[in-house]
Amino acid sequence: MKPYLREKVPKTLSEIPEYTVFEAGYLVSKNAGWRNVRPTVDKAKCVGCLKCYLCCPDGVIAKQDGKIAIDYDFCKGCGICAKTCKLGAIEMEAEI
Amino acid sequence: MSITAKTLDENEYFYGHKACAGCGGSLAVRIALKVLGERTVAVLPAGCMSAVGFNFPQLCFSNNAIISTFAGTASMLTGIEAGLRAQGITDFQAVGFAGDGGTADIGLQALSGAIDRNDDILYICYDNEAYMNTGIQKSSLTPFGARTTTTPAGKNIRGNLRPKKNMFEIVAAHDIPYAATANVGFLQDFMRKVEKASKIKGTKFIHIIAPCPTGWGIPSDETVEIAKEIVNCGLWVLAEYENGEYKLNYRPKNFSNPADYLKKQSRFRHLTDEDIQTIITSRDIKWGYIDKNYKFNQEEKL
Repeated sequence: MKPYLREKVPKTLSEIPEYTVFEAGYLVSKNAGWRNVRPTVDKAKCVGCLKCYLCCPDGVIAKQDGKIAIDYDFCKGCGICAKTCKLGAIEMEAEI
Repeated sequence: MSITAKTLDENEYFYGHKACAGCGGSLAVRIALKVLGERTVAVLPAGCMSAVGFNFPQLCFSNNAIISTFAGTASMLTGIEAGLRAQGITDFQAVGFAGDGGTADIGLQALSGAIDRNDDILYICYDNEAYMNTGIQKSSLTPFGARTTTTPAGKNIRGNLRPKKNMFEIVAAHDIPYAATANVGFLQDFMRKVEKASKIKGTKFIHIIAPCPTGWGIPSDETVEIAKEIVNCGLWVLAEYENGEYKLNYRPKNFSNPADYLKKQSRFRHLTDEDIQTIITSRDIKWGYIDKNYKFNQEEKL
């Protein structure tokens, strides 16, 4: 479980809560547009050591089948994962 | 055995936030919450983490989280702990995430009071060494020589004139049950300390260095590497305070040259050789004190 994108975006006055209390983990926008470079994973080189998973400030790297998968909706392309990977399994590629 | 990347909670409790790319503070908050789990009530005062985590309707914490007044992180933690306890709820952890300004300047009185009452709370200070959220103003945890917007580097004055406040020993001087320093470059050590703190009753304090690419003037992918460097050059110490004793966790065999660490950051680029010598001298004095007063077991690995 993690906060996820919702379809409903509170906009009108009646949809905005009267008190400063609202559902936790309520996301309405992605962060993908922040990215100039995207990390790509070479699955053949990845051994699933999870160093990148641990070091990601945005938590967008998840475990998958003993390796890793990146959530590109929320990755900002900071490049910490590529720098952390000693096996060179992550490379930063320019976004087109 | 302490938590590792493989055994860490797979849920994300701080996700989709609007922190700058490569933010060290958000990494510290994310990892701490993954160690503590969903039965955690987080308190965030004014600062980067509340600014990036609660942009209604984009709410990025999936556990209970609340914004406190700038000065009141520890007081609100006290209230939350007492309130839940009064309702008979016991399986929770009240944790606060305050920045360096919110801890060492503005929130110091509330923190001191909470430690004095020994409330059962965990206070984590993510230290990016200035008021980064409002545009890089000096705090009392800004190190000597750092350029900020309120300590500019010019002909007469070269950045911050005062040394970094020793927050760890100030807190330990209250005879707190548990205090520790940490660093986002040593996450395994940080996870162990958060886990340890969560099992201790009474007030706990963890001071974690969290580099800020925007304020320090480093590339966004350097956050974790530069955090390791600050420890290896001896300008940050990984230590714990427990049962009235200081304990050193890690001692680099040979310190690397602080000049390499400093010159990578635009906030220190103006420093002269003389300034760097001042920094090295104060580092050596500090380590002389640490070697004398802190216990260190070389067998224990980080």
